[in-house]
Amino acid sequence: MKFGILVNEGPYTHEASDTAYQFVKAALAKGHEIYRVFFYHDGVNNGTRLTVPPQDDRNIVKRWSDLAAQHKLDLVVCIAAAQRRGLMDASEAKRNGKDADNIAPGFRISGLGQLIEAGIEADRLVVFGA
Amino acid sequence: MAEATGGGVAKRFLYVNRKAPYGTIYGLESLEVVLIGAAFEQDVSLAFLGDGVYQLTKGQDTKGLEVKNFSPAFRALEDYDVTKLYVEERSLQVRGLTASDLVVPVQVVSAERMAEIMEGQDVILSF
Repeated sequence: MKFGILVNEGPYTHEASDTAYQFVKAALAKGHEIYRVFFYHDGVNNGTRLTVPPQDDRNIVKRWSDLAAQHKLDLVVCIAAAQRRGLMDASEAKRNGKDADNIAPGFRISGLGQLIEAGIEADRLVVFGA
Repeated sequence: MAEATGGGVAKRFLYVNRKAPYGTIYGLESLEVVLIGAAFEQDVSLAFLGDGVYQLTKGQDTKGLEVKNFSPAFRALEDYDVTKLYVEERSLQVRGLTASDLVVPVQVVSAERMAEIMEGQDVILSF
């Protein structure tokens, strides 16, 4: 089956991102396809490379990046939600006159149309959080 | 459940709004998805449950909160061909509201009917 994934909560405060990650990993292990993982609301904070969790805790952002590299996952952060919350890539930083970017490897910033497209193209869109 | 409409195949999208309009950003960002999604010519419905019904109430004044009152945007949905708005009956009643307290025309439905509406969807986005 082809899954679309929506993550609506940020890392650590809510378990939504953890559950989504475990779901994606399990689905891939069973041979399913992940069409896209879309991050919305505070979920965009899963895409900042500047998190430094304690060493004895899981690194949620790095876990997503590693899984994306391993399985060529499409991790998309909503641009409107990201701009509100200070998550940007190099071109967005330049466009908005900011002196830094913070997007993690494997993530890309794009519009809400990518979420709708995931709903259209995937067999199931599974929502985590909110 | 998807059906052909014109050039492509449309899916049934239901946006479920369960939270009050202010206090959290879910209501506003849900509406942003609806407005962007309207360009994709899918079969769109909105549902309002629980505190979500407050998103549609008339006379919202957010000046003191210093946040934008986004309730007028619901009136623009018709221009996007989004006309199926379902409000769960009991959610209105327990909050002392009726359909006449809302900024747009809606269909007030029972919880059982709402369950049937959900059953008939391809994609449900819950905020």
